[in-house]
Amino acid sequence: MDLENQRRVKEFAEQYGKENLIVLLGASEGEAAGLAAETVTLGDPTYAGPLAGVSLGLEVYHICEPEMKAEIDEAVYEEQISMMEMVLDVEDIVKEMTAIRSQL
Amino acid sequence: MGDYAVLKGAAYTLAAAQDMVLRSGTTQTTEQTVNPDSEYLKELPGHLRSFEEITGYIPNQVYIGNLESQVLRELELPWCEKKAEKAERRGKFGEILEQDQFLGLIQICDAFDLVKLEKSFAAETKKKLEAHPLIGAEKASVLDKNEDDGEAIRKLVEEEHAEGLYHQGELVGAVKRAHDVDTNLSAHVMLENLVTKASSVLSLLNLLAVTGEEAAEIEYVIDCCEEACGDMNQRGGGNFAKAAAEVAGLTGATGSDMRGFCAGPAHALLAAASLVRAGTFKKVVVTAGGCTAKLGMNGKDHVKKGLPILEDVIAGFAVLITENDGESPVIRNDVTGRHMVGTGSSPQAVIGSLVTAPLDQAGLKITDVDRYAPELQNPDITKPAGAGDVPEANYKMIAALGVKRGDLERTAIADFVEKHGMMGWAPTQGHIPSGVPYLGFAREEIMSGKVQRAMIIGKGSLFLGRMTNLFDGVSFLLEKNQGKSGEEEGALDESRVRSLIGEAMREFAQGLLEK
Repeated sequence: MDLENQRRVKEFAEQYGKENLIVLLGASEGEAAGLAAETVTLGDPTYAGPLAGVSLGLEVYHICEPEMKAEIDEAVYEEQISMMEMVLDVEDIVKEMTAIRSQL
Repeated sequence: MGDYAVLKGAAYTLAAAQDMVLRSGTTQTTEQTVNPDSEYLKELPGHLRSFEEITGYIPNQVYIGNLESQVLRELELPWCEKKAEKAERRGKFGEILEQDQFLGLIQICDAFDLVKLEKSFAAETKKKLEAHPLIGAEKASVLDKNEDDGEAIRKLVEEEHAEGLYHQGELVGAVKRAHDVDTNLSAHVMLENLVTKASSVLSLLNLLAVTGEEAAEIEYVIDCCEEACGDMNQRGGGNFAKAAAEVAGLTGATGSDMRGFCAGPAHALLAAASLVRAGTFKKVVVTAGGCTAKLGMNGKDHVKKGLPILEDVIAGFAVLITENDGESPVIRNDVTGRHMVGTGSSPQAVIGSLVTAPLDQAGLKITDVDRYAPELQNPDITKPAGAGDVPEANYKMIAALGVKRGDLERTAIADFVEKHGMMGWAPTQGHIPSGVPYLGFAREEIMSGKVQRAMIIGKGSLFLGRMTNLFDGVSFLLEKNQGKSGEEEGALDESRVRSLIGEAMREFAQGLLEK
């Protein structure tokens, strides 16, 4: 996750409280989604950004995960996400995301 | 309106820049600032490739046209472990230049006496440049002015705020700052801009060789790189285009710079084609040099995975657009996609605006385009860095949109990707991979009849400039030439007929609505 986004996530967590935040990812690969999820939960694994050594433990999902799909208006999901759902390896993304969340 | 403009030729160049990876790539310079003792910086020099390895790298041979892009389809990743059988430094579309000669070319491109080369290095390099078929003795004589020894160069770097120029780990020259307080003329910025200019010049010289065009015949040059030149009162004042045209000897040309992040080249090509079709100019060149900042951009991942530093070249390209010659592929500037302010940012909306919207204008299906050229980033570079296979992702998105429109079956996605797509081979320098690397092959494939129609797609991430969160992109079609107007009576092609019918139907429907 780039340094600017890490800074923004950290600031939002301080401003609104961790319990009031959900981080929604749109990464195109399981590995990239997993890295971003790790950054906002356990801390920046590359130790480069503001979240290095900071474990925010935020709730985090990928937009293609079933939990998120169930929350979104079907027509909006169809219009905005359905094409990418066809393109992405959703199974791999779910696997990576679940693995990170299970460490919390 | 006259005939469509045509794609007369394209040239592609690479300049080896191994020492610049360490000194100028922002991944490395950032690391030097925040973590100067990092393991990465210690390990990096051991991962740099030799010039022979750079030349033998198969995607680089494809870039300069020595190998067809199809060879990559049969080649298993990682490609960096394989070597081209007949690796040449020159190809039918351009060349790969050694770093020392590139440093010499940077001095040739310096109009303000900012570049100093150590005298013995300069003498050796001059000999090589004299023997270079496109640079030669006259240009190489610029290097005669170098009188500084190593100590004088070291002083410039250590005491005078100059940026060092290195070759094989040795300090061999320096770029001085062009002003004592203006940050836009600092040595760092001057080096960055001179590298861009020199790589653009190299591509222009190769374009003249590839096309056989007379330098003085070019009327207008559009530069579409991602750098900006100017001073503190006009940071992006320009004009890389005219500056490079001067060194390349395009005495009859003026020009200007056009920017749009990675989409810049597609914007510039559309502008060039439109200028020619409108009759404003007969011969327009679109050119771009490469960028020092992006050298070794994904180096940390490459080193971590035991791979060589693969982002070790400064790329460039130049494309000649002319009036209809009756044979070169035509640029359909009337069938264009554009990501509009109101389009939205979901991938669906983006691909729809760039791919299906123009096809609808022309009454075509997604499968009617034989070859799509989106961002052709080399997956050998991007995959180990966790960025995936960019062209493949684009092809899958285009296919998925085709499925949603009913142009193809869901089970046909993989087949579509293989038939209508390509493996990427371009260095990851933003504007360089953006559709443009295919133009050289596209011209050949369309003229030989292998491909009837291709789409060039440029996309750009404008948010990086922090002026807008919007995405951007434009696209256009290339088609087989049907002959000059006057020669083609009774020879309207299928797409033109479809387009005319589509237009008539839309007008008819509009008429009904208005009643």
